[in-house]
Amino acid sequence: MMPQRSLMLTLLSAGLVFGAWQIAGMIPVSYAFPTFLETMSALLRMVLDGTLFVAFGETLKPLLVGIAISAALGIGLGLWIGLSSWFDWLFSPIFIVMQAAPLAALIPLLVMVYGIGLTSKVFVVCIMAMPVIVLNTSGAVRNTPTSLKEMGRSFLGSERDIVLKIILPAASPIIFSGLRLGVSAGFIGAVLAELKITPTGVGDIISYSRSIADYPSMYAAIFSIIVLAVLFLNLLERLEDFLFEGNNRGYASDT
Amino acid sequence: MRTPASEIAVTARRISKNYGAVEALRNLSLDFPRGQLTSLLGPSGCGKTTLLKIIAGLLEPTSGEVEVNGKAVTGPGPDRAFVFQDFALLPWANVLRNVAFGLELRGIARSEREAIAEGYIRNVGLAGFEASYPHELSGGMRQRVGLARALSVDAQVLLMDEPFSAVDEQTRRKFQEDLLSLVQREAKTFIFVTHSIEEAVYVSDQIAILLPRPSRVSEIIRPGGFRNKGADQIRRDPEYLDIVDEIWASLRRYVE
Repeated sequence: MMPQRSLMLTLLSAGLVFGAWQIAGMIPVSYAFPTFLETMSALLRMVLDGTLFVAFGETLKPLLVGIAISAALGIGLGLWIGLSSWFDWLFSPIFIVMQAAPLAALIPLLVMVYGIGLTSKVFVVCIMAMPVIVLNTSGAVRNTPTSLKEMGRSFLGSERDIVLKIILPAASPIIFSGLRLGVSAGFIGAVLAELKITPTGVGDIISYSRSIADYPSMYAAIFSIIVLAVLFLNLLERLEDFLFEGNNRGYASDT
Repeated sequence: MRTPASEIAVTARRISKNYGAVEALRNLSLDFPRGQLTSLLGPSGCGKTTLLKIIAGLLEPTSGEVEVNGKAVTGPGPDRAFVFQDFALLPWANVLRNVAFGLELRGIARSEREAIAEGYIRNVGLAGFEASYPHELSGGMRQRVGLARALSVDAQVLLMDEPFSAVDEQTRRKFQEDLLSLVQREAKTFIFVTHSIEEAVYVSDQIAILLPRPSRVSEIIRPGGFRNKGADQIRRDPEYLDIVDEIWASLRRYVE
């Protein structure tokens, strides 16, 4: 009963959004705004002739590397910051500034130092994704319920056991929400890097299609990257459910 | 009435504990007889949980020392197990893993610890709930999990920090009855923190009344006559009622 209803609701909301898009494109609200169906046919064309896959291959490189670095380093650093007030004092300000900084303004600086290759793009993804992962992790680690930590100590857990078996799983819901925000920011960073540094991959399709006024292709590229981001976030949610089943308490209305 | 030294499981000697300028405990000494249940009773803020955590080795006293079986306490040890007021269960772990968690931290192999845990899950009346998660259980059932976890590490001393304060009245009465038979059955020393006078008188062999700021033991009461009369007779016993009244009379001026 339940999965069917939630599937119906998902389809309904998708239908509403795409319908509104179609109508807005038909009015049209702007010459540069294609209808939903035009966009989908452009998407289908790019899928069939393979352009899209080549482009994604290019975009995914800095994205995946950047996200992997951000997740590993971000959770590690966040854990450290959350456990030690000294590390908190040393590192927290850096990430707060990073989160607040207008990234686009920093890109020329990165290009100057690391050139226009993959390194700069990975950096952009990391700068976008890492602060929220670090800050969420450290906050969650710091807020581990005292009684859980005391329980670990009173049942003779080692420092390592308490961190791995109590603090990290207890912090996992907020760490994962940080990861979700970080991954979304990483997607923004990857596209931004392709628009601002060198046009490659999906960013190239977007800027090239715009320059020749092929708006359906431009929107198809944007649409495809959004779909990919949503799929990625869903995958992350599955992973969380798989790792920490009991943490998912469900909704009161699910019964 | 002096108890011989070998019959004392836990001794607290001249314990003081300061939090900055605040004196939580001053020069507190108390003996806990082996195989019996001792309650720490007092108004809120009288330092009874602080004392319990010092005995557990979770807090360090500013001065004084605790001995368990003649050995000085320097930290948590295998001779003591703790039952928490808020249960302190792992929400991401099912009942079986939660109960076995104390053994898991001690490095006992999985099949062995789960076999032990299953036995205690049955003992506390949770058979069939091994695969349930804490959020699927009622408050009373959660505390049964906490109790099973403490029992499964087989410590001689069980430290209980207001274990029944977060469960409803009817469940609490059932727990109190179960606790009486647990004390009879298991050869363990129980140290029980509570703020309920009736609960303390009902379950205890010895009641230490703590008075606040700074805390010291003002009185030790050993209810005698009604102990063996059976769980349902205790609450109507005249001695039980007298002791409850007497304790209330000495505590009431400390309660705003």
